[in-house]
Amino acid sequence: MIEKDMVCIVCPVGCRLHVVKDGEQITVSGNTCKRGERYAVGEFTDPQRTVTSSVYVEGGHMPLASVRTEKTISKAKIPAVLEALKTVRPVAPVKVGDVVLPNAAGTGVNVIATREIRRK
Amino acid sequence: MKQVDIAIIGGGPAGLAAALEAKKTGAQSILIIERDRELGGILQQCIHNGFGLQWFGEELSGPEYAHRFIEQLADTGIEVMTDTMALQLNPDKTIIAAGYHTGWEEIHAKAVILAMGCRERTRGAINIPGARPAGVYTAGCAQRLVNMEGYMPGREIVILGSGDIGLIMARRMTWEGAKVKLVSEIMPYSSGLARNIAQCLDDNDIPLKFSHTVTQIHGRERVEGVTVAEVDAKLNPIPGTEEYIPCDTLLLSVGLIPENELTTMAGIQMDPVTSGAAVDQNRQTSVEGIFACGNVLHVHDLVDNVSAEAVIAGHAAAEYVRKTEHPAPRKVALKPENGVRYTVPQALNLAGELPEELDLYFRVRNAYKPAVLEITADGKVIRTVKKPIMTPGEMEKVKVKTADIAQAGEIALRIVEA
Repeated sequence: MIEKDMVCIVCPVGCRLHVVKDGEQITVSGNTCKRGERYAVGEFTDPQRTVTSSVYVEGGHMPLASVRTEKTISKAKIPAVLEALKTVRPVAPVKVGDVVLPNAAGTGVNVIATREIRRK
Repeated sequence: MKQVDIAIIGGGPAGLAAALEAKKTGAQSILIIERDRELGGILQQCIHNGFGLQWFGEELSGPEYAHRFIEQLADTGIEVMTDTMALQLNPDKTIIAAGYHTGWEEIHAKAVILAMGCRERTRGAINIPGARPAGVYTAGCAQRLVNMEGYMPGREIVILGSGDIGLIMARRMTWEGAKVKLVSEIMPYSSGLARNIAQCLDDNDIPLKFSHTVTQIHGRERVEGVTVAEVDAKLNPIPGTEEYIPCDTLLLSVGLIPENELTTMAGIQMDPVTSGAAVDQNRQTSVEGIFACGNVLHVHDLVDNVSAEAVIAGHAAAEYVRKTEHPAPRKVALKPENGVRYTVPQALNLAGELPEELDLYFRVRNAYKPAVLEITADGKVIRTVKKPIMTPGEMEKVKVKTADIAQAGEIALRIVEA
């Protein structure tokens, strides 16, 4: 049996959740609505995050383009995605939504540019 | 000399949304004056996600949120001057601006929208003792260096203040390989969003100490460490609680100040609580034809709210330009009372045509759980609103029926203690 306390971040109420995992059974208490339970179960089973960063651009009017994962990825995969991004160097021009790293660190999720970089 | 219908000072989220709405409402010539090299304002360095949930119904990064507005500018005929600093604003709505490409320019506008945003409080504003070594940055400055310019400000970081920018930068520096040793917050609570404490600090095992502040910065050429101490209820450091933390960088996330030099220059009446202009429901200031919106008016927590406020100002400015006659205002003050820190608007103008309902925004002084808000007109309660919680960090909005207040001489908002 594993127990964990967390603060629900779905809305500003900030319910203090207590989560108990016993085998496959996950019990959430302290929540005041259904959304809190969904959040807690998600956080407990496979927490998901969007990774955002900036990467150097070759020949751009500015040195960096901001990027993010197109969808959320498993929290555990964040370090691998950040590591993979270190060697990514798109060539200007870069447009919003351009894939700068397909299937980042084997997550099946692309990393896309979130700003435009023109040619120098 | 340049003549326009509407001049907008600032091309960040407030200026962009105001310009587009003014165009939609029918204004002919609109000019945006922006001091940076590009539009978008602070959004361009806020590369994290979480923007646009209310406005676009999806979660975007800051640059994407800005991009959606900038894209809409194409084909509207809205003129943009970048690399241009507005230096002077007169009550007759003339603006003196100096541009890198255009030089000195005098601009005559029929209406002006103030959308200059805010700037960060610095070390000088909070008086931390010690020498003046390199390595002390505001969190937003570090954010621009890391996210846009490609420089790392340091490797071992202490962050003072748990505002949202500080929390976001704690994660960002960690993800870029730095070690964030502590986030120290002088108050017993954080002014940042709970979501940021969970996803920026907890996710990365970064400690957060409440009721702690930096009492000294050590190092001559470069920061070598900081002394952190616990504070008492009056926020004075408690002797004997000092702890030395070695680090090479101190980031400050200790508040934002609306950037209102031009506003005061024009003789516009200010609200000492928000440090912004006092406005009516159309976001018109005390000077007819000058409007204000976004962080220059009051510091917002969500950009979505900035856009919404800018739409009000943009619409009203266009209407002001269109109408040839403006009825004399009949202003009724909105008074923040017990537990309500401020309201925007600060007064209602009840002259002329009014919508059926008016939106009032306010912030509370403390956390109330549960919270009961009363609105009174001449002392009589006209509306009671109950919410599970209200906190200083989240702006609240309440509607009032115009019919309920049309005859009132004074309207007040107050929190009723349970």
